[in-house]
Amino acid sequence: MPRLAGPNLERAKETIGLYPQARSALVPLCHLAQEQDGWLTPEAIEHIAELLGLTPVEVLGTASFYDMLHTEPVGRNLVGICTNIACLLAGAYELMEHAEESLGVSAGGTTSDGQFTLEELECAAYCDKAPCVLVNYRFFGPVDNAGFDQIVDDVRAGRLAEDIPPHGTLSRVRREGGLQVPADEIATQRAAADTAKRRRAEEKKKLEESRSADAAATAPQPGGQPGPASGGAE
Amino acid sequence: MAGAPLTDTRDYQRPEAAPDADAVTINVDGRPVQARKGELLIAAAERAGTYIPRFCYHPRMKPVGMCRMCLVEVKGPRGFALQPACFVPVEEGQEVLTQSDKVRKAQDGVLEFLLVNHPLDCPVCDKGGECPLQDQTISFGPGESRFLEEKRHFEKPIAISELVYLDRERCIQCSRCTRFADELAGDPLIDFIGRGDQLEVNTYPDAPFASYFSGNTVQICPVGALTASPYRFRARPWDLEQVESTCTTCAVGCVVSVQSSANRITRYLGIDSDPVNQSWMCDRGRFDFEAVNSEDRLSQPLIRRDGQLVPTTWGDALSRAAAGIEEVRKLHGPAAVAVLGGARLANEDAYAWAKLAKAVIGTDSVDAQMGDGLPAELVLALPQATIDEACGADAVILLGPDLKEELPVLHLRLRQAAVERKLPIIEITQTATGMTRHAAVSLIHRPGEAASVVRALTDPSGAASSDVAGVPGPSLAAARDVLAGVARVVVVLGRPSLAESAAAPARAAVALATAFPQARFLSALRRGNVRGALDMGLAPGVLPGRVGLNQGRDWFGRAWGQVPPERGLDASGILDASADGRVQALVLLGANPIEDFPDRRRAEQGLDGAGFIVAVDGFLTESSQKADVVLPAALYSERPGTTTNLEGRITRLGQKVVPPGVAWPDWMIAVELGVRLGSDLEMDTLAEIRDEIEALAVSHRGITEELLNTAAARDGIVAPLGRATSEPAPAAIDPMSDPGIGAVEHHGVKATAPEPGARRRLVTRPEGQPPALLSLPDAEGGSGSGDPAPPDAYSLRLVAGRKLYDGAVSVRHSPSLAGLAAPAGIRVNPYDLDRLGLHSGDRVRISAPRGSFVLPAAADPGVPRGSAWMPFSQPDGGASRLIDSAESVTDVRLETVQGEG
Amino acid sequence: MSFLDAPRVVTSRFEHEDSHTLSRFVSTGGYDGLRRALTMTPEEVAAQVDASGIIGRGGAGFPTGRKWSMLRPAPVRYLVINGDESEPATFKDHALVTRDPNQLVEGALIAAYAVQATQVFLYVRGEFALGLERVQAALNDAYRQGAVGRDIFGSGFSVDAIVHPGAGAYICGDETALLESLEGKRGFPRVKPPYYPAVTGLYREPTIVNNVETVSSLPWIINHGGAAFAALGAPTSTGTRVFALAGDVMRPGNYEIELSKPTFRDLIFAPELGGGLRPGRSLKAIVPGGTSAFWIGPDRLDLHLDQKAVADAGTMLGSGSVVVMDDTQCMVRAAWRISRFYRRESCGQCTPCREGSGWVENILRRIEAGSGHEDDLGVLLDICDNISPEVSWPSKWPPQQTTICPLGPSIPPAVVSSIGMFRDEYMVHIKDGGCPFD
Ligand SMILES: Cc1cc2nc3c(=O)[nH]c(=O)nc-3n(C[C@H](O)[C@H](O)[C@H](O)COP(=O)(O)O)c2cc1C
Ligand code: SF4
Ligand code: FES
Repeated sequence: MPRLAGPNLERAKETIGLYPQARSALVPLCHLAQEQDGWLTPEAIEHIAELLGLTPVEVLGTASFYDMLHTEPVGRNLVGICTNIACLLAGAYELMEHAEESLGVSAGGTTSDGQFTLEELECAAYCDKAPCVLVNYRFFGPVDNAGFDQIVDDVRAGRLAEDIPPHGTLSRVRREGGLQVPADEIATQRAAADTAKRRRAEEKKKLEESRSADAAATAPQPGGQPGPASGGAE
Repeated sequence: MAGAPLTDTRDYQRPEAAPDADAVTINVDGRPVQARKGELLIAAAERAGTYIPRFCYHPRMKPVGMCRMCLVEVKGPRGFALQPACFVPVEEGQEVLTQSDKVRKAQDGVLEFLLVNHPLDCPVCDKGGECPLQDQTISFGPGESRFLEEKRHFEKPIAISELVYLDRERCIQCSRCTRFADELAGDPLIDFIGRGDQLEVNTYPDAPFASYFSGNTVQICPVGALTASPYRFRARPWDLEQVESTCTTCAVGCVVSVQSSANRITRYLGIDSDPVNQSWMCDRGRFDFEAVNSEDRLSQPLIRRDGQLVPTTWGDALSRAAAGIEEVRKLHGPAAVAVLGGARLANEDAYAWAKLAKAVIGTDSVDAQMGDGLPAELVLALPQATIDEACGADAVILLGPDLKEELPVLHLRLRQAAVERKLPIIEITQTATGMTRHAAVSLIHRPGEAASVVRALTDPSGAASSDVAGVPGPSLAAARDVLAGVARVVVVLGRPSLAESAAAPARAAVALATAFPQARFLSALRRGNVRGALDMGLAPGVLPGRVGLNQGRDWFGRAWGQVPPERGLDASGILDASADGRVQALVLLGANPIEDFPDRRRAEQGLDGAGFIVAVDGFLTESSQKADVVLPAALYSERPGTTTNLEGRITRLGQKVVPPGVAWPDWMIAVELGVRLGSDLEMDTLAEIRDEIEALAVSHRGITEELLNTAAARDGIVAPLGRATSEPAPAAIDPMSDPGIGAVEHHGVKATAPEPGARRRLVTRPEGQPPALLSLPDAEGGSGSGDPAPPDAYSLRLVAGRKLYDGAVSVRHSPSLAGLAAPAGIRVNPYDLDRLGLHSGDRVRISAPRGSFVLPAAADPGVPRGSAWMPFSQPDGGASRLIDSAESVTDVRLETVQGEG
Repeated sequence: MSFLDAPRVVTSRFEHEDSHTLSRFVSTGGYDGLRRALTMTPEEVAAQVDASGIIGRGGAGFPTGRKWSMLRPAPVRYLVINGDESEPATFKDHALVTRDPNQLVEGALIAAYAVQATQVFLYVRGEFALGLERVQAALNDAYRQGAVGRDIFGSGFSVDAIVHPGAGAYICGDETALLESLEGKRGFPRVKPPYYPAVTGLYREPTIVNNVETVSSLPWIINHGGAAFAALGAPTSTGTRVFALAGDVMRPGNYEIELSKPTFRDLIFAPELGGGLRPGRSLKAIVPGGTSAFWIGPDRLDLHLDQKAVADAGTMLGSGSVVVMDDTQCMVRAAWRISRFYRRESCGQCTPCREGSGWVENILRRIEAGSGHEDDLGVLLDICDNISPEVSWPSKWPPQQTTICPLGPSIPPAVVSSIGMFRDEYMVHIKDGGCPFD
C-alpha cells in the first residue's frame, strides 16, 4: 500500500492543516511515508504531490535534497556510523572497516537479508560519545568493534525493539490535536497588540520627556544597542 | 493620452530608457550612470554599456544570484564587497567596480570552477560557437587547466521530452530552465534533483517535460545542456544567417529571429519584444519551420488535365485561372465568384487580393475567416486593447477559446499577470481550460448561452442568486464582486467552441460592450494574420482600413474605380451558395475548408458544387486537391512583408530563404491575375502596396514605409496611430541565447528596406472626406434571438476546441510535431459517464444528426454535467464531422460499442 | 573555585535522570519564567532580554535583543526555533532538546510573547529522533497545562506552536535555508538582500529565528532579570554558555560555564572540565567554534572564551564547539575529512561552493593517499582564495565570500589552517607518497 492509506492519510491531512501553507508539510509527509513503507516509494511521492498540489518532480526534487529521505529501498534498519571530525579522531574509520566486514557490505549497501543498510554519517551531534553509531537514529556511543557487533546482534534478535522502532519512525509521540487558534483571529490580536504597543511607546515617551525635563543632564544612550550591564539596571 | 500603458506589469526591468520619476545616479567604474530606483545593477550597467558577465540572470525571470559570475564590488557601510550584480538593486550614489583586480579574480575563479566538471566536448556540442562559457573562458578565463581530478559523470543526453534533450554533464546549474518551467510556463515538470555537486536537472521518471513552451528552455540554456531535437547537429552557429521576422503560426505574432543555413531554415529564436512575446515562443511556432522546409511543398503551378493535376508554367496556370474566373463572371455576374481564406497571407497580400476581388472581379463574397471567427464588422468595431493593457487591467474577462491551446504566448502573458500581479481573470467558458487554475472565477456554462451569463454578470440589480445557463449563482456573485467598481476592464474575445454558432459569443460581446462602455477588447481569433486580413478588407461588408462597405463606397469607388454593389456572403454563405450553384468559381486563398471549416459536410458539398476552383497554397491539401488550378505560394520566412497581430500591431516578416521551385508571394499572384483579368492593380512592389494602404486605409494612415523602418517600430506599430501603447524599446535578445544576435536590428531593417533602385509610383488620395472607422452601432450583435433550449436527457451538448498540436497542415508536415497530436477522444463529466453506464477508456459511438463515429471516452471533471468536449481537428478526425453550422448548438448521444475495445 | 560554580542558566536540570519529564520540570521552577513574562508587557520582556546582552548561540553571534527590535510590524509574523544543530562537533542543542525539552518550549513561548508571534515552529534536526519525541511530548504537555494555545495561562495571549522535523541537510541550519526548508522546499539559502528574516522571513512575513540554546536561556533571564545575566561574563560576552568539548581530552562533554573569564586552557585542562589530554600526549591543534572556524595552536591556549577576543585572534567562538587534536592525529586527514563534510553538505547553488568543495576534497584525498604534488598546496590555497577572497594564514575574522551563504567560506579554514600550521606534515605526505600516521 505505498500510497498513504488509512490512518496515515488522516495524519497527512492533519499535518497539512498545521501549516499556513500546504507545501510546508512536504518533509513531514515524506517522513510519514517512510514510516509506512521504510522508504519513499514512487506511489507515495505521487500521492504527496497530489495532496500538496505539486508535480511529482517537485516532491522528488525536494526530497532528494535531504539525506534522511530515501528514494530507493533500504534495509529494515539503518545503521549509521559517524566519521566526522570528533569520531574520526576516535577511530571511526577503523570502526567503519569493522562494520563493513562484519555486515558483509560496504557503506551504502544493504545486507542480503534486508536487515541492515550501512551508512557513513556526517556529524550526528554525539561527539562526546565518539565514535558513535545510530540505528534508525537511536544513538549509541562510544562504540568499539565488540560493541558494534553486540548492537547488531541485539537488533537482529529483537532485544532493542522497545528503543528502536523500524526505520522510518522518527517520533513515536504524536501531536494531540490541531491548532487551537485560527490564523485570522491571531492576526487580529497581533494588530491590536501593535496598536497597544504604539500607545504604550507614546506614553512612555511623554513620561520620559517630562522626566528628562526634570532631570538635569544624563548622556543619552543610543537606542537599540545592547548596552553594558549598567545600562540594563532596573 | 489614450495610448499610455495602463500599468507596467513587469517585475524586473530589462535594459531600456529610464524614465525620470525614479531616476537615481550610480557610479560605475568612476562613471556616473543613470538608473531607475529598484532596478538591478546588472541591467543598469548593461544599458550604460558595461556588460557584466552572467549565467543565471535572465532579464525576464526573477534573479536567483546563484552562478556568482556577475560578482562586482559594491561599496557598503564597511567598504567595497563582492556582490552579485544580478541581485543587488541600484541605490542613489551607489559605487560599483566592475573591472577591479578583485572582481576579475572572482569572475575568473567562477569560470574555472564551472569548468571543473564541464566536459570539453565543444567540437561536438550544438552550442559550440555561441556558448558564453566557451567565449568567456577564452576571453576572461585562466589559460591552463589545473584539474587533475576526474569529472562528474552522467548518462549522456537523455530525452526529457519529444522535443528536448538534456546533457547533464554540460549543465552548469543556473536554474534558468527550471525557473522558466515553473514561473513562466506554469509547468514545473523539470526540477533540480539531489544536492551539492550531485545536483542535476531532471524530470520525474516517466513524466516527460511535456510543456507547450519547452523550446524556450533550449533557447535560454547558456550552455549546450539542453538541445532541441529539430535542431540537434543540423548546423554550426557560425554558418547561420538570420533575419528578424514575426511568427505567423497564430495571431499573437511573436517577434522572432529566423536563422538559416544553406537556404534551409534551421531555427527560430524568440526576440525580446517587450509588448508582445518578451522573448518567448510556443513549441508549435518554434518548430513548425519544418513544414516550410518540407519536401511536400508545392513548387510549381498545377492544372487539372483529364482529371489529374499536372505541372505547368505560371503563364499557363494564370491564364487558365483568369479564364475560368472571367467565364463565370461573364455568365453569372461577379457575385458568382467568391474568395475563401487569406488569414495566412501577409498584409500586402491581403490588400492586393481584396483589391483584386472587390475592385477588379467585383465580388464582396470574400472571407478570410473560415466560419471559425466572429463577424468582421464586430471585430473591427470593438475598441481594441493591447496585450499590455490586458495584463495591466483591473480585471480581464476571458470569453474565448482555451488560450493555452490556441494562442499560447498570450496565455503565458496573462498567466504571468495573474500569478505575479494577481490580475483577476473572469473566465466565461464551457469547460475548464489551461487558465482555470489562475482565474479568479470560472463561469462554466452550457454551450450557446454565454449572452445569458453576461447578462446575469452585468445585471445592475445583481440580485439573481440562482443558476444561469448552468453557472451556479454563487460563482456569478463572486464574479460580480470582482468586477464591482473596477475601472479598466479588458475583454479577451474569441470563439470558445466551434460546436456553437458565432452568434452566441457575438451576442455576449455586444452585451459586454454595452455593460462596460469603457471596456477594451483583445481579439482571441487564432489564425496567423486574421486581423490583418480583416483590416485589409478580406471579409464581406468591409473595405480596407476598418470601414464598412457602404461608408467606404465613395472613397474606394474613387480610388479603385469600382466597389461591389452590395454585401457579399461569409464563408458559410459561400459554401452554401457554391453547393447550390449560386457561386460558380471559388478561389481558395491558403484555405482548407474541408479540414478547417467547422462543418465538414457543408465544406465538402461546397467544394464539390463549385464549377471552377483556383487554389493558392503551399501544400496540396484535402481542399486544394479539388482545384482546377493550383498556384504555389511562398510561405512565412520565404518573403518579406508585414503582418498584423491580434492587437492590431503591424510587424515585419523577414525573408531568409527562397521559396521552393517557382512559388510566388501571394500579392504577386494577385497582380498577375489582375493583368490577365484585364486590369492593372498598379502595385509592382511591396513598397508600393504599403504606400497605397497608407493612402487609402483610414486605420493605417501615417503608417508609412519610412515609419516601419525606424528603430521606434522595432516592436511594431499598433494601428491606428496614436493607439500605440508601448514606449519603443530596442527589441533585444538575451545575449546568453545567442551572443551573435546583437545584429538583429540591422537585419530587421535591411531585410525590409525597399529594393535599391525600385521606382515607387506615387499614390494619390482621392478627393473628399475619408470614411469613418467602423464603430459599435454599425456592428450587428449577430443574429438569433436567444438561448437554445437545453438538451434532452439523453444528449450531451458538444463543446469543440482546438489542441495546439492538431491536424493542421503545418503540424502534419513538421515531423517533430506531427507525433505530438493526441488522438481524438471525447471527454465527459464523470457523473454523466456513470449515468450513461460508460467507463473512462470505453470506446463509444458518438452520434449527431450530421453523422456518427467511434472514439474513446474519458472522464473529466473539468467538463460540466450535460456537456461533452471533443477536439475540433485531430489527425484521426474531430468534431467537424458532427457539427451542422446552421444550428446554434450541437447535441450528441453516446452509446457503448458492443464487442469493440 | 570551580568553573562549574557559575549559575546553570540552561543545564540546571541535567543532573537529574528525569530532567525531560514534566514533573521534574514543574517541580524545579518550570513555566515560572513564562508566567512572569505574561505579567509584563511584551516590550518589557524584550527589554530584559536586551539588557541581558545575550548574543545568539547559533553561531552567527548576533545580539538577540537587537534582532527582536528589527522585527517589521505586521499582522502575521513568525517565530522559528533553530534546532537543526549540525555543525560538526557541536552537540549542545542535541542535549538541550533531549534533556530539557520543556525548558525549550517555555523559552520559545516567552520569545513568542515578546515578539508577538502568530505561530511558533520548533524546527528540530531530523536525526534527533528521541529529541523530537521529547519536544513533542513537552509541547503536548504544554497544551494540557494551558501554557500554549488559546489564552495562555489566562493572560489573554494566544499562540500555537508545532514541531517540525528536519530531514538531514546541514545547510538547513542556516536561517534562510531553514525557512526555505520549512516552506517545503530544498534548503537553498536565500540570496541577500533582503538581509534579515526579521523583515522578510517565512512565507515572506517577518520572522525571528533563534537558536535552541538562546531561547532555552530565556526562562532564567526572565526569572532573574536581564541584569543578572549581564553580570556574568564580560560586556563583550555576557552570561554563560554551553561549550561542547570533544576530541582528544579525558572528559569530553557539554560544560556550561561563564563566558569570557575562562580560557581554552581552562576548558581543556581544568579537572572539572576537560580534564586534560590522555597521558603522554601533547596538544597539536584546536578547532574552536565548529569546523567552519580557523584552527588555533597551543600558543593560543590562554585566549579567553570571549566572542570578541576570539574574533580578534582571527577565528570564532561560533557554535560553542571545541575540538582538541593531539600529536597522534594526522592534520591532512583531519582537513580532508572536514572538507569532505562541506562537499557533501554544499547545497549546490553557488558555483564556487558547489565545485570548489569537491575540488578541494579531491586534492586533499589524493595527498593523504600519497599521490600529492608540490603544486597542490598552491592550488589549494588559490581555490580557497576564490571561494573566500583574501583568505590568509594567520587568519582574519570574519572572512569574505564569493558565495550566497557562509558555507562557502567555511571550506577554507581547515585547509588554510592546516597548511599554515602544518606545511611540513603535508610535505611529508607528498614526498613520502603516503600518510606517516598510517
Ligand atoms: C551554514 C550554516 C549553518 C548553521 N547552522 C546552524 C545550526 O545548526 N543551528 C543554529 O542555531 N544556527 C545555525 N546557523 C546560524 C543561523 O543562521 C542563525 O544565525 C541562528 O539560528 C540564529 O539564532 P541565534 O541568533 O539565536 O543564534 C548556521 C548558519 C550557517 C551559515
Ligand atoms: S555557499 Fe554553498 S551552501 Fe551556501 S548557498 Fe552557496 S552553494 Fe549553497
Ligand atoms: S549570480 Fe548573477 S548572473 Fe548568476
